[in-house]
Amino acid sequence: MKQLYATFDWIGAAVLLAVRAFRMLPAAPRILKRTVEQAFLGGYASITIVALLSFSIGAVLALQAGLTLQPVGMKEVIGTLVGEAMVRELGPLIVAILVAGRVASAITAELASMKVYQEIDALVTMNIPPERFLVLPRLLAVLLYMPVLTMIGILMGWIGGAVVCKYVAVIGVSTDVYFNAVRAYLDFPKLVDGLIKAEIFGFVVILIACNTGLRTTGGPREIGFAVTRSVVYSLVAILGLDYFITKALS
Amino acid sequence: MQTDPPPPPPKPAQTPATHAPPARHQPVGVEIAGLTKSFGPQTVLTGITLSIRPGEIFTIMGPSGSGKSVLLRQIAGLDLPTAGTIRINGLDPARPATRDHFALALVFQAGALFNSLTVFDNLALHPLEHRLDNRAGIRARVLRALKILSLENAARKYPSELSGGMKKRVAIARALVMEPQILLYDEPTSELDPVMAATITEIIATLRQEYQVTSIVVSHDRDLALTISDRVAILMRGELRALETPGGLRALTDPEITDFLNPKIDLAQPRYQKMEAL
Repeated sequence: MKQLYATFDWIGAAVLLAVRAFRMLPAAPRILKRTVEQAFLGGYASITIVALLSFSIGAVLALQAGLTLQPVGMKEVIGTLVGEAMVRELGPLIVAILVAGRVASAITAELASMKVYQEIDALVTMNIPPERFLVLPRLLAVLLYMPVLTMIGILMGWIGGAVVCKYVAVIGVSTDVYFNAVRAYLDFPKLVDGLIKAEIFGFVVILIACNTGLRTTGGPREIGFAVTRSVVYSLVAILGLDYFITKALS
Repeated sequence: MQTDPPPPPPKPAQTPATHAPPARHQPVGVEIAGLTKSFGPQTVLTGITLSIRPGEIFTIMGPSGSGKSVLLRQIAGLDLPTAGTIRINGLDPARPATRDHFALALVFQAGALFNSLTVFDNLALHPLEHRLDNRAGIRARVLRALKILSLENAARKYPSELSGGMKKRVAIARALVMEPQILLYDEPTSELDPVMAATITEIIATLRQEYQVTSIVVSHDRDLALTISDRVAILMRGELRALETPGGLRALTDPEITDFLNPKIDLAQPRYQKMEAL
């Protein structure tokens, strides 16, 4: 019962944090520089790892699909399978998991450290709301970079699949056939669905990171615990939300 | 009981340049009535009632764990009281909406400087965020505060590059840039060598003299309390045990207070043995 109460208390605090942050939106011009800075730290600096991982996932997906479909003579649809999977599911998911592990953990560590070392208290006494100064720039930034990272992830996944199809002899699907299959069933609304999913994942992950960081109490040891909690909560939230968003968008 | 004559007021090591106090910033008073603060089952402050006058240096002393810093956080509006009220110029400091009505600054024990910002940016943050001036005006304001605290050479450094004493001075400079009407200090001389502690003490006195700012100091430092304070409150086990001028404090005969103010080292029967006997 106590655990349940704590869970609802935590979720309530996260929702309130988001509401309080977005009530500060009129001050957005003042936080433009910090938003760009956060977009750089979270987005630009993640491009390489997103590209590598997506390429790898796309390649493995094409290889598995090829090994299964080639014996039954359906290897021409590998492109469709990889294309759809990357756009609607794996692209947003990979990027969200990377953001949780790479960006959200850093945000939690930073905010938890600021809380433990009274920097948050210092902001409050200066009458600078942490929601405006720390949370809103991070939330706006994630809304900016998630679609970009997701599109990069999708594209690299497709390319990974194409490379495998072309160069793995047992599959042997030409690049033209592969990308024709990608295009055959893919349309713009499906891409939009994938981007909406990515936006929701990113927003929730960064909100969890900020809320966990700002609720940290105690000493330096708690900073490590907060980072672990933040990543675990983020992954649970991503996987939990994935089903419901997919169902809602389908 | 202290029988020595009170030490003469110290002469500041570096006299700050005289500046007229900001027109809109008049010192403010604090009224605390029946303040009680509990954390779960533990009551840390019990029924504190006192009044701090505008422009005075008010020191809160007491043994470790007596609730001094908790009281300071309540005055700063960082925590809500369990019972009772705190009013700064008649306003509740814990309500964000009232924070615009008076300028309050808190110098934290460990400085609480923003580690990701340089010293200059730490000082410029408040005026920039509140748009108190244009860029040039804010720069002038920050440089003036750095000069007053003899920190001109530290402007481009990060807090991690500073010594403990410099961090305290930067924290005071950051508070000064806010042009506060009420300035709270949490253990401003702790962890400092005696010379630096004396320097900080002089700075507190000088800032009050120059800016007529109401100063509330939480400290264990007997020299600071008895030298520059107008009045001293002694907290023990969360209760207000004494509220006196430094002279009145020396005249007190309460053995617990005199033992706290003038601890004697007794090697024949060390204090920990007395505690064990209890």
